[in-house]
Amino acid sequence: MFESARSRGLLVTVLTSLAAVAIALLVGAIFILLSQQNPITAYRALLDGAFGDRRAVGETLAASTPYIFGGLAFAVAYRAGLFNIGIEGQMLMGGLAAGLFAAWNFDLPKVVYIPTALLLAAIAGGIWGAIAGALKAVSGAHEVITTIMLNYLAYQVLSYCLLRADGWLPVNPQLQATDPAAQNARLPNILSGTRAHAGLLVGLLVAVLVWYFLFRTSFGYQLRTVGLSKGAAAYAGMSWGATITVAMFISGALGGLGGSSETLGLLGQQYNAPQGYGFASIAVGLVGRNNPFGVVLAALLFGTLRSGSTAMQNQAGTSKELVLVLQGLVILAFAALASSGRAQSWWARRRGARFKDTTDTIGVEPGVAPEL
Amino acid sequence: MSDFFDVNLLKAVLRMATPLVFAAMGGLLSERSGVMNIGLEGMMLTGAFVAVLGTYYLHNPWAGLVCAMLAGAGVGLIHAFWSIGLRSDQIVTGTAINLLAAGITIFLCQRLWNQSGRSPKVDTLPNVTAGINVLVPVAFLLVPVVWYFLRTTKPGLRLMASGENPQAAESVGIAVDKLRYVAVMMSGVLAAAGGAYLSIGSLSLFTRDMTAGRGFIALAAVIFGNWMPIGTLGACLLFAGSQALQVQAQIKGLGISTDLLLALPYLLTLIALAGFVRNSRPPAGLGQHPTSH
Amino acid sequence: MAQEPQPQAPLAVEMRGIVKRFPGVVANDGIDLAVRQGEIHALLGENGAGKSTLMNILMGLYAPDAGEIRIDGAPVHFSSPRNAVDAGLGMVHQHFMLIGRFTVTENVILGNEGGSISLDRRAAERTVGETAERYGLRVDPKALIENLPVGMQQRVEILRVLYQQSHTLILDEPTALLTPQEVEDLYDILQALRESGHTIIFITHKLREVAAISDRVTVIRRGKTVGTRETKDTTSEELAELMVGRDVRLHVERPPAHPGDAVLQVFDLRLKGRGNRDALDGLSLGVRRGEIVGIAGVEGNGQTELVECIAGLQKPDSGTIMLEGTETTGWNPVALREAGLSYIPEDRHYRGLVLPFSLTENMLLGNSTVAPFSKGGRIDYARTREIAATEMKEFDVRAPGPHTPAGALSGGNQQKFIIARELYREPRVILAVQPTRGLDVGAIEFVHGQLVAERDKGRGVLVVSFDLDEIFDLSDRILIIYQGKIVGDFASGKVTRAECGLLMGGKVAPNEGEPIRV
Repeated sequence: MFESARSRGLLVTVLTSLAAVAIALLVGAIFILLSQQNPITAYRALLDGAFGDRRAVGETLAASTPYIFGGLAFAVAYRAGLFNIGIEGQMLMGGLAAGLFAAWNFDLPKVVYIPTALLLAAIAGGIWGAIAGALKAVSGAHEVITTIMLNYLAYQVLSYCLLRADGWLPVNPQLQATDPAAQNARLPNILSGTRAHAGLLVGLLVAVLVWYFLFRTSFGYQLRTVGLSKGAAAYAGMSWGATITVAMFISGALGGLGGSSETLGLLGQQYNAPQGYGFASIAVGLVGRNNPFGVVLAALLFGTLRSGSTAMQNQAGTSKELVLVLQGLVILAFAALASSGRAQSWWARRRGARFKDTTDTIGVEPGVAPEL
Repeated sequence: MSDFFDVNLLKAVLRMATPLVFAAMGGLLSERSGVMNIGLEGMMLTGAFVAVLGTYYLHNPWAGLVCAMLAGAGVGLIHAFWSIGLRSDQIVTGTAINLLAAGITIFLCQRLWNQSGRSPKVDTLPNVTAGINVLVPVAFLLVPVVWYFLRTTKPGLRLMASGENPQAAESVGIAVDKLRYVAVMMSGVLAAAGGAYLSIGSLSLFTRDMTAGRGFIALAAVIFGNWMPIGTLGACLLFAGSQALQVQAQIKGLGISTDLLLALPYLLTLIALAGFVRNSRPPAGLGQHPTSH
Repeated sequence: MAQEPQPQAPLAVEMRGIVKRFPGVVANDGIDLAVRQGEIHALLGENGAGKSTLMNILMGLYAPDAGEIRIDGAPVHFSSPRNAVDAGLGMVHQHFMLIGRFTVTENVILGNEGGSISLDRRAAERTVGETAERYGLRVDPKALIENLPVGMQQRVEILRVLYQQSHTLILDEPTALLTPQEVEDLYDILQALRESGHTIIFITHKLREVAAISDRVTVIRRGKTVGTRETKDTTSEELAELMVGRDVRLHVERPPAHPGDAVLQVFDLRLKGRGNRDALDGLSLGVRRGEIVGIAGVEGNGQTELVECIAGLQKPDSGTIMLEGTETTGWNPVALREAGLSYIPEDRHYRGLVLPFSLTENMLLGNSTVAPFSKGGRIDYARTREIAATEMKEFDVRAPGPHTPAGALSGGNQQKFIIARELYREPRVILAVQPTRGLDVGAIEFVHGQLVAERDKGRGVLVVSFDLDEIFDLSDRILIIYQGKIVGDFASGKVTRAECGLLMGGKVAPNEGEPIRV
């Protein structure tokens, strides 16, 4: 019975995610119908475009990679009770750091060059995230607003570096990009004839590490405790401010890694073009229930949608921006399902209260939140 | 120097401030009622698109403006229903609205006009004077109206009470949720008008992602303006000013750091949030719900 | 007090046979209350006696399950607070319902702005100012609430009720946050209101206040009315007895204590609390090895602050705390735990447990960095699960297994689990706050048995409870806390419940003449 109760909980979790995706696809089908096309044809073209041949599979894997990092970044912050909407900026800072470092073309072997570039990217993204964490810890500034501001600052830093710092940085203002990365700094291809690159493997490895960190280490436990109950964290002697600052560093570092994986893997250099992965990462994290393995699955789903959408546009004539619509719908469906879950647990609490004894709760007003 | 600060610069500031002022006044109403609205960006984008759509089919930019505002109210209703009715996370809902608006507008561009990410040209709203669209003075008139509403009317007082302390407001018989629905829908209407200014005011077509983060800057202006109409107007002018100066500096080839100017709004907002600016304080009940018996 | 209300004055409020059940709880079990027009009527009872529920029913916040309410003789049925206000009732809440960034006037008129859509601020300020003047409230109608001291804020609440033309005012524990001078001012205001014909219901648990201000008093205990008296015809002793009851419950069987050296000492602890009152006002106490010390007192007299200072959650302004002879003032909870302190917190849901976490994960709360739970930053979940399972068996925590989320357990099982966790590391001092709040009789017996067993193992136990029965059942020594100070220190059996009740209500013990100091 021990195992069955546990697997039932897992089942509910998985079903909620699937339901949100299913609702989104259904509403998406209505959109396709409204534009006088056949949703089945469109979705079939999408699947075909994502898995039809070797090149398509490679494209799907490449498209999933940044979502893995972004989803993990969102999940770590979320577990600490923070809403990191600044993954976009953290990715840009990471991509820029790695891109510049790679463009300098140091005489380093692959085994040194790649890890160092990734590390620098993680640090750059981490600092960008930690600023928001520290601001919240010190002055209570809402991380949603600060991370949005940091996103735009990141755009400015990026365009300054790429457009006007050619005097001292290895950049090409005409191309609005860093110089091409050194061969020894490039993440190698993992499926010949496609664009799938080793960033995917890094992402999978990092997912395992994040899982281990969150669910097997003392600090991961502390992070999760802080995220769920400020009161219990204080009771156990955990520092809220320090924990959320570190959590935002880690979250930002994961974002930074994601950015560098694009720069060193897919593109070969950092361009002055935001990719828009930041907001999609929120959807990935939510659908993956902020569990690292769930995030990987959700990232594959969103990667599939992204890579298949081009084929859908070409074959069925359905705009590939349907993917953005689907992402938005998934989030809305998820939010609605989550709030009905809250209503359920509230109901369970009300019912559970009936079995409690009475003696000392007389006069305690139910439903009135205690004053902090 | 004298020809640097010319009347064109002033006009540029006013033009660039206009969409910000519309959206920021909308954001202000929503936030003062206690609902966080990071969906302003999506509401603006929806307004920009629907304004063109309405103008295209009804052959009248004024009708387009009305359509945009109605669409804004609709998006506002979605945000309100999710975040007030369903008690969902207001940030999550706002994010979804931004993604949806970005996707649906391009999707429909493709579908209706078979163009990827842009609409055909349509008529624009008239100018009142050279380079100043009719919506520019409207935006600036909106500020005293919002101020007057909050400061001197009964619903205004109740709206602010809902944002400061929803429990207390409800205890004196104020229908907090109802007020918030109206406020969030109004914020959609105003943000959409700001979007419409972009598409059928200053330009004459819709292009993909044409709001380019102005919704977020408007939100920053609300924060930087300390959730007050006049302060928010000042922040909008400051942000627009730094943008206009940057353009002017490029045109006139002046050697001031344009990057710093562009980064200024965000830096200033961060500094304000970090507590270096005194009295920067959000409505105390932002994101809270009244307890219902 | 020239205008003593006539004994035959008609009733302003009459509540008869009021019953209110919440899921699993009977908060009001047939309460009668009759308040005459133009009197100050005290409603006296311990925490949890059902006073607040009764007043919330009167104000239309809850519908009673049975019973009848009459206002000025006419039966009424309120479905919302609005109805109650329209019937002339007004409530001054214990936690003020005020908006800090609004002015006095804005707060007073909110919801009753009157007139058309526009707001005539100047006229409103004038009316509010005049109302304040008439009743001697002396508040500036233009002042911002957040700039006013607590006493002034309370006047704004009173002003709001008067502005609504209420003739009956209900004040819920109105002195809880006030300084002594502010209390005196409040008494003056209430006298003035009575003289102008208002009726006042004054909820309190302080005997001194009953004597100082009321004309009559109704005492309720455990959801029932136990008596109504003319204040001038009764004594504090009688009221204390009515309030706490004389029924003696069965005691936990426990051998006498054999206390040793002091394990926990607190000297002259001071801490400023809300509204600049002294939450702790030079409090000292000691707990010895092998004894249970119970702190009796009414909620809000400094218990929370005392406990949080000892447990490292708050830093005292001054004073010393010592654990087994080592000064531990200002240590953080991790170090205190290491030094042998265990803390069973008052609020299981807010502090003691992380509800969505499994019991295994909750076993780690406060233990996540120490052996055997973790080593080198890595948590040994297998071992933790084993320990959790063993402890659950030993402490009879009924749940499907250690994987069960803590939030799915009943209150009793949650509490047993916390106690199991807190005793696992063999503490030398146990700090238990309201350890049996909300538990059934069986669970209470179990928890008390555990605490006594710990005492017999030579540990020092400090129990803080608002339930006098619990204090009497458990303690080898009883301390009474009042306004941040220990005002009585008795060996078990050397004090009666009535004497305790008097001290808890701020009255001096009858035989001593002066409160006993440690």
